[in-house]
Amino acid sequence: MAQPRTLFDKIWDSHVIAPAGEGTYLLYIDLHLIHEVTTPQAFEGLRAAGRKVRRPDATIAVSDHNIPTSNRSAGIDEPESKLQVDTLEQNVRDFGVPYFPINSINQGIVHIIGPEQGLSQPGMTIVCGDSHTATHGALGALAFGIGTSEVEHVLATQTLIQAHAKNMLIEVNGSLGAGVSPKDVILAIIGKIGTAGGTGHVVEYAGSTFRAMSMEGRMTVCNMTIEAGARAGLVAPDETTFAYVKGRPYAPKGAAWEQALAYWKTLPSDPGAHYDKSVRLDTADIAPHVTWGTNPEQTAPITGRVPDPAEIDDPLKRAAIERALQYMQLKPNTPLVEVPVQRVFIGSCTNSRIEDLRAAAAIAKGRRVAEGVRALVVPGSGLVKHQAEEEGLDRVFLEAGFEWREPGCSNCMSMNNDRAEHGERIASTSNRNFEGRQGPNAKTHLMGPAMAAAAAVTGHLADVRQLG
Amino acid sequence: MEKFTQLRGIAAPMPMPNIDTDKIFPAVYLKTIKRTGLSKWLFQEVRFRADGSENPDFVLNQGPYRQAKIIVAGDNFGCGSSREHAPWALTDFGIKCVIAPSFADIFYNNCFKNGLLPIALPQDLVDQLMDDAKKGANAVLTIDLEQQTISRPDGEVVRFEIDPFRKHCLLNGLDDIGLTEQKAADIGAYEEKARATRPWVFGMTQKAGA
Repeated sequence: MAQPRTLFDKIWDSHVIAPAGEGTYLLYIDLHLIHEVTTPQAFEGLRAAGRKVRRPDATIAVSDHNIPTSNRSAGIDEPESKLQVDTLEQNVRDFGVPYFPINSINQGIVHIIGPEQGLSQPGMTIVCGDSHTATHGALGALAFGIGTSEVEHVLATQTLIQAHAKNMLIEVNGSLGAGVSPKDVILAIIGKIGTAGGTGHVVEYAGSTFRAMSMEGRMTVCNMTIEAGARAGLVAPDETTFAYVKGRPYAPKGAAWEQALAYWKTLPSDPGAHYDKSVRLDTADIAPHVTWGTNPEQTAPITGRVPDPAEIDDPLKRAAIERALQYMQLKPNTPLVEVPVQRVFIGSCTNSRIEDLRAAAAIAKGRRVAEGVRALVVPGSGLVKHQAEEEGLDRVFLEAGFEWREPGCSNCMSMNNDRAEHGERIASTSNRNFEGRQGPNAKTHLMGPAMAAAAAVTGHLADVRQLG
Repeated sequence: MEKFTQLRGIAAPMPMPNIDTDKIFPAVYLKTIKRTGLSKWLFQEVRFRADGSENPDFVLNQGPYRQAKIIVAGDNFGCGSSREHAPWALTDFGIKCVIAPSFADIFYNNCFKNGLLPIALPQDLVDQLMDDAKKGANAVLTIDLEQQTISRPDGEVVRFEIDPFRKHCLLNGLDDIGLTEQKAADIGAYEEKARATRPWVFGMTQKAGA
């Protein structure tokens, strides 16, 4: 009998070309997604060495990080952002790489459009010069972020030199309570295992909670795997996955579909497969969460309070909490629902899919953004935006006083002009609450889309379950 | 890539855990299309005040630490974004080695592509080296990659572990792409086999709606 293997083992084994050195392997890459921020230096390297892109047919490009989310037809104001986008457009022309132009309805955040277009499929190896590439693991693919030198390596050779990661199982069982979203599941997981809990591992999410979860929800969970230190997180492909992929523009069709489907069904982990580390959670313990600190493990149920460092024994942890509270300007033991916000951001590769916008709109409907709060809704792609408009969600948001924007990364990392004013406190559906990420001295609280909408209409962090 | 063999220099203490890549290199400066000259934005938000002047409280602005070649840091150094601008900015400043209890995976990989040596050591050893790093002009460590040792100011020697392949590449300044290109025949053979077993993934980005 063959050794039982995990989903990760199977994808890994089928992509190893040869050993590359002690403990490392040359791994084949099926799909390479590229964007404007982490590629200019890679193309410059190719040019300097006289190299070509080995597989333009396995590569696709989009601009997402830098682009304005309003008045797009006027072009890009900021000269450096424009130069970076122009550079990508020149590079894709010179090297023959397919590209979704800025004003195409197919344009969007790279991690939204991969699955949406049917490019991201089960059993593939997918890389991108962006840490949130983990998102595509929701399809049952091995997907991880790489640096620019590795981007150049993949462009030139369609391979990467990689060490074999360990297997980690995160099993969550039970149905989600009212008002609890996939974002709360992943925040609860990170709160439990910590920002380095998955380092050196590939995480497989299993259990009834993920089986019942939509593809959009699985993407939210896999997306933030990197915030727990693991480069990749994946969910075994099942009927939900196949139904999602089927019929999308780049998905296999006809006989190729049947062949692919038969292959995808062999991918789930074998019974008895070995995991180096296992963690279990029950949804009964998961309430709507918000972060209170400056890294994603500093999280608590919305019913909780700002922690008191005086109650922490570990001196390193205590110092980290003290520093976080100082930056966040929060007093120990303050009820979280009493923390006011000045800004709300609904968007990012974590939470800008149609389901996210529906969840936020359900709370926004018939209410008004609180006085003194500015609230942005930034759809993840042109197609998401179009669908939301078909459903009338744009009207709901606009009538409630939210801003309805063009797709892009926007205020998640604020490379365009969507930046918090100095020191503003933000309720954000993005993925990182690092110091200064959303603007100078900006104070980020991460949460799910309905929770962010609840913060917008109340003017403070709020328990969405109280809004009905 | 520049070879890394031995390094002797001042070590700067940064005892905080989770020093993320946004802190090392803020996103707003990622608009550059260059990989050189990035040290001016290294740790920008904590290194400089709002008016652009140096923040005297930040360690790399203090006396001998301006010449630091080594950083001794807390757990999970380099977490967050995949941006290689973080190691580019560190090496441009002159930092060639970071010592910490643990590193985030992508940052760790990126270091080796840029002649920057990340050394992971148990917390108690990092604590001792952190004490050394607080000695200002006397915070001098000597790293020997071949021997896999760190010599402390008092002469004591600490051993570290490193993956043999990565060590070989750093010692010889090897370019990964060049190494991989030597395996072109293996890559070609793999592609031929994969085309037979998984034909639908070939040509995929060029066949929308096909």
